[in-house]
This record gives sequence, C-alpha cells and structure tokens, in this order.
Amino acid sequence: MQYLLSVIHDGTDLATDAEMAAIDAFNDQLRADGHWVFAGGLGGPDVATTIDNRDDAGLVVDGPFVETKEFVVGFWILEAPDLDVALRLAREASKACHRKIEVRPFL
Amino acid sequence: MTGAAGDEVATALARAHREEWARVVATLARRYGDLDLAEEAAAEAFATAVERWSADGVPPAPGGWLTTTAHRKAIDRLRRERVRDDKHREALVLTDAGPPAPTGAVDDDRLRLLFTCCHPALAMPARVALTLRMVGGLTVGEIAHAFMVQPTTMGQRITRAKTKIAQARIPYRVPTAQDLPARRDGVLAVLYLIFNEGYLASSTDDGTQPIRPALTGEAIRLVRLLRQLLPDDGEVAGLLALMLLVEARRLARLDEDGGLVPLPAQDRTRWDRRLVAEGHQLVRERLVTGEPPGRYQVLAAINAVHTSAPSAEATDWAQVLALYDQLVRIDRSPVVLLNRAVALAEVDGPQVALAAVEPLRDALDRYRAFHATRADLLRRLGRDDEARAAYDAAIGLTDNAAEVAFLVERRDATR
Repeated sequence: MQYLLSVIHDGTDLATDAEMAAIDAFNDQLRADGHWVFAGGLGGPDVATTIDNRDDAGLVVDGPFVETKEFVVGFWILEAPDLDVALRLAREASKACHRKIEVRPFL
Repeated sequence: MTGAAGDEVATALARAHREEWARVVATLARRYGDLDLAEEAAAEAFATAVERWSADGVPPAPGGWLTTTAHRKAIDRLRRERVRDDKHREALVLTDAGPPAPTGAVDDDRLRLLFTCCHPALAMPARVALTLRMVGGLTVGEIAHAFMVQPTTMGQRITRAKTKIAQARIPYRVPTAQDLPARRDGVLAVLYLIFNEGYLASSTDDGTQPIRPALTGEAIRLVRLLRQLLPDDGEVAGLLALMLLVEARRLARLDEDGGLVPLPAQDRTRWDRRLVAEGHQLVRERLVTGEPPGRYQVLAAINAVHTSAPSAEATDWAQVLALYDQLVRIDRSPVVLLNRAVALAEVDGPQVALAAVEPLRDALDRYRAFHATRADLLRRLGRDDEARAAYDAAIGLTDNAAEVAFLVERRDATR
C-alpha cells in the first residue's frame, strides 16, 4: 500500500538548514525501515502552469489550477501496511520539515 | 402462528439483535476485510431470521444461526459481485486482517470494530454515526432521527466513512499497547458524546423530545460492552459509573409538562435506585484501587456525591468542589472551570463564583451553559437587569425547546 504525503505551506521561504538536516535524517530512517519510495520538493504556485487540453481545447494558464493561501510545496510517496503506520510517519515528517502534511492513499 | 409464539419470536429477535448484531458484523468484517459487506450480510441475516424463525421457531443457538447465515449471505454476495467485478472484489477479500499482531491487549472482534469506527482519522460526527450503525445496530433512519438530519445525509456520512476506511486502509485491529490509552480515550469520547446527545438533545424538532432515552441507553450498552472487553480499565469503569448516575435521574429531570427540572428541584424519590447503587459500587471499586483517577472517574465521583445526598440542601459541596479542583488538574478547559464555578458558588458564594466565571467569556461566549450559569449567579446577587440579559444570551444559543422554556421562565421570574 502506498501513500502520498503532501507537504503544505503558505509561504515562499525554503526549508532552513536545520529543517533540511531533519528531513535528511528522516529520509535515511525511511530507507532503513523499507518505507521509502520517492520524495521531492516543488516550485511554488508562482511557477506553475495549468494545461486544459480536454477536447483539444489547448488551454494554457500561467498559474495554479486554483489560487489558495496554502499549497503543496513537496511530497513523499511511502510504502506502509495501513493508515496507522502512514499517520505515524506523517507525524514524523511534519516534525522534520516543520510543515503540515496531508495523507492520501493511492488507489 | 399464535400470538404468543409471535411474541416469543419478536422477543428472541430483539434480544438477538441487541446481543449479537455487533458480534456478527465484527466477525464478518475480520473474515472478509470489508465493513460494507459485513454490515449488509448481517442485515440480510437478521431479515432472514424474521422470516425463518416465525415459520420454523427460534433456533437453539440464535447467535450461531445468525453468524452462519450472515457468512452465507456474504459469500453469495461476493460470488455475485465477483462475476461483475472480479478483480476489484479479489483485491478486497485479500485485505483480510488475519490474526492480530500480539498487542498484549484484549482481543475481541467487537473491540476491533469499535476501535475502527472510532478511528481518529474520521471526523467526530462520522465516528458517532458509524459506531451507532456498525456496533449499535441502529438503522440509518434511527440515527438520522436521533441527530435531526435527513436520512440521506446520514446515509452519505456513513458511506463516506466506510469508503475512507476501505480506501485509506484504516486497519481493523485493537491498537498496540503503546497507542491504547490515547485510542481508548477516543472511543470513550464518542460514547460520551452519544450519551450527552441523548441526555440533552442539542436541538428538538417539535419540542417533545428534550431527552432521548434510546441514545443514552445505547451509549450505556456500548460502554458495558467495552467494560466486558477491558474490565480493568479505570476510565471505562468511570464512564459507565458516570452515565449510570446521570441516567438514574432521567425520570426526575422532566416535569408533567415536559419541562426541565434542575437538580436541586428534582424529586429524589423518582431517581432509579438500582442505577444509583450500581454507579456508586463502580466508584467505590475504583477508589480502592488507589490508582490516580482520570477525568471520567472524577466526574463519576462528583455525580456520586450528588446522588448520595438525601436532599439538595444536604449536598456536600465542599467535596464536590474538591473533586472539581482535582478535575481542573487533569483538564484545565474552560468548560471544566465553568462547572467548578457552580460548586464554588455553593461554597464561597455567588460573588466569588462570578469572578471565576467572567474570565471565561472569550472562550465560552458561544456556549449556552456559560450564559445560563452567569445569569443564575447575577440573579442571586440581585443584579436583575444583567441577569435577564444573560438569560437572553443563553436562550439565543439554545435549540432544545424544553431548555428554552426553562430559561424563559427563569428570566421572567427575575424582576
């Protein structure tokens, strides 16, 4: 079972050195415990481009699909047997990167 | 079929529903790893029982009969659906949780079911609805009625919760020993909320149902079940004692016209002595353990003091206040401080109590009991204009018709 942990933030400031160090340590632990699948940080909504090519509409919008105060700035994809484990990892992730985490299952 | 035989079948069905519903759902949920399937198969088994028992008589072991029948219904359903959606169903069946990881905690399928329904990843209204449906066996219509929402709304709420459990894979198990205290608190909170909604409905449609015995009774039944499963847990015993001591006063809480009667004015001969005795016994049992009590045990002890007093005047308020001081050390929430102030008024007078209440305004300005308590203290201090304004504020926040009537009467008497 895989879960997407989205990192939620409301500003443009990047992770501090202390946060980066905590994230690295957390990632090492994820790999050691067999939870690691993939992770990454993202550019903010300012640099997003939204495409709508349904029915060959060919629409290109400079910006996110919806303007929100808070947005996704990064993510983890983790392997976990159930939601209890995923939530425990999300608590550790939130503490490490010092941001909110949204947990969603892959179907 | 004779009337007597029909009555016997109806009694047996009601009893089986009360005693076996949760067990049947819980067993099937573990076997098939699918709450939806477990619920539907259990409901079909009970529907079949209505037909078969009337025709053939009540089987010697109703619980076993129901479980076997429900298993058959589940397998039938799986076969039908597998034809339709082979891959999807295979996947679901494979999520059977199997034997539990060793937890050191008591294991019972019903306990797993209760913990799953009360999982912290579900919103409180979803936990309450799911618990009443899956563990309590209430129909969606009954739950919708109890919470004054449309049956379709309640149905959607339950369906959404079940979908989240399945898709996000909320595990079907009793939490590990390490997580158990926090998760147990979550379960107790759900059961206490169900009880409180029955004790004083947050809203009434026609003003005839300020108290809902079906909900208080169901909450007590579920705590009794939890206590069977966790017999040594002090807080479970505490919550049961608390509910019993409050429920014991139910008949005395309404007058002939359906109006609310406050504790000091209640006819104590109308209290249910059997429930009082059982509640007191539980409180005593917890006291002799010498373990530090949690909040439900302290609340039960407070209610034990009230129910021990032969009259309102004879209430040992110093003891009540001491218990509230103990509760404040466990839970320094504004609501606890407000309730402590009520006891403080009896010990040190309304002036001192009002001084304790005023700082709570920011936190409790939208809470009807804050304004009602403040109104009562102002009235006792002879500050009638302020008292009436506070009663009005309380009335504006109350949807329970009997409570509104009580507050209006109090307000109008203050002049």
